Amino acid sequence: MADKRQTSHENADTRALEALGVTDVNAWFVREVLPLEALLMHYLRRQWPNQGEVEDLRQDVYVRVHEAGRRQIPSQTKPFVFRIAHDLLVDRIRREQIVPIEAIADFDELDIAIEAPSPDRTVIARDELRRLQAALDKLPPRAREAVVLGRIEGLSGREIAQRMGISPATASAHLTGGIHALADILHGENGTQDHKL
Amino acid sequence: MIESSENYQSSGADGRAVSVAAAEWIQRRHFWDWSENDQAEFDAWLSSDPLNLVTYLRVESAWKRTERLAALGPTAPALSPTAERKPHWPALSRIAIALIVVGVSVSAAWYAVQPKEITYVTPIGVHETITLTDGSQVELNTDSVMRTRADADRRMIMLDKGEAFFRIKHDAANPFIVLAGGQRVTDLGTKFLIRETDDKVEVAVLEGSAKLESADAHSAVLKAGDVAMVATHSIAITRKSGQDLANAVAWRQGMLVFSQTPLADVAGELNRYNAKKLIIADSNIAKDKIGGTFPTNGVNEVVAAARLLFGLRIEDRGSEIVISR
Repeated sequence: MADKRQTSHENADTRALEALGVTDVNAWFVREVLPLEALLMHYLRRQWPNQGEVEDLRQDVYVRVHEAGRRQIPSQTKPFVFRIAHDLLVDRIRREQIVPIEAIADFDELDIAIEAPSPDRTVIARDELRRLQAALDKLPPRAREAVVLGRIEGLSGREIAQRMGISPATASAHLTGGIHALADILHGENGTQDHKL
Repeated sequence: MIESSENYQSSGADGRAVSVAAAEWIQRRHFWDWSENDQAEFDAWLSSDPLNLVTYLRVESAWKRTERLAALGPTAPALSPTAERKPHWPALSRIAIALIVVGVSVSAAWYAVQPKEITYVTPIGVHETITLTDGSQVELNTDSVMRTRADADRRMIMLDKGEAFFRIKHDAANPFIVLAGGQRVTDLGTKFLIRETDDKVEVAVLEGSAKLESADAHSAVLKAGDVAMVATHSIAITRKSGQDLANAVAWRQGMLVFSQTPLADVAGELNRYNAKKLIIADSNIAKDKIGGTFPTNGVNEVVAAARLLFGLRIEDRGSEIVISR
């Protein structure tokens, strides 16, 4: 009896290990890394003299974080992201020799100094709706109109173009612009709001 | 300022151009005809540079959030052709609960409650495919109760408990309506999944589209890939990948797919399918996450995974298995 049980456990172990191959780096990235964006932007803006490059730096950080996450998803996402951001800044400074390395504050101190928004976005649906509406209101008027028609009224691209009395190509451009701007607004919302110089 | 000129061909840096490109892909796929060629082109773009991938994830995740705006959509008067027929459906009645008790010992037994009403019940661990007289098919998952009612001008199903996957023969003149937890889903040519839990109803559309109307007159049109969580006074809509949706209906093949799922949720899911219940005794380990594909009756496999991964203690008490630190 004991032997039989042992065997069934071993089988279960093998199957369990096989099953455990799934690690979803993209899901982790969206769920845990992206919510840190406002904080990350705050950090980069404070650390980097050329504000026009900050957006690019952020994307470089994301690429490195994603690549590192593909090797292994860290147990602590926030220190992991800020370590990578710090290292990236140091690399860039070495390469470009624009500011002394000492000028880059130790991210540990900074990390403690800023209270991070919780990555756990369990917002009540209604609050979320209010935020989304506020985000919509920040869009340029035509982009806003296109997004509202598409998202709230559920129209297709062609129908949006008809309703707005514009060509499909123009409708397409407004949608693209709206979606692009929404990413900046929604990811930046938890921190300093005055993004885009 | 975002873009005061409304000129989106921004000249700025690389990262920005990629971000605009990502937005372009998203809107093309969402709002315009999307061919297999487009998909191939998109896949190539996505995999050609890690910057493209992370940028896409970033823009897409913001866009997904705005799906919930659909909850603000025009309500009943504006897009409710069926409303003219004065549909009135019973609020979920307690009669349903009684039927569960009656039918529990029989797999997919049906009882003619009224001449036109048929009740289907599945016991724990069993799922059944039911072909309706119009050719539509319903796969009723474990521990579920469904009633069907066919009138002259509409087909109606009441999902009183549990979960069901629908493949509907679309007929605009004779809409197919599913009522679950006070919500109403009308198919617009569709494969969709509905799951009812204590406090909410989840609707996932795998193909086609469906119209969702909540008890408080909110409505939204769901398209393929949309998943709506409907609770009292709120509808939250997210968009899921084909893979996620396939995972959500893996039970049709007797499998459960987890990805970074807290142990507590894994246990809750398995307990739907098994008489022997998994109990997580410690709220800390309840948050530990595991991923993997397990058979719906794979309690032993999951227990083994918990033991191997987290070194947890397992106690088999016969009718339940307790996992603790």
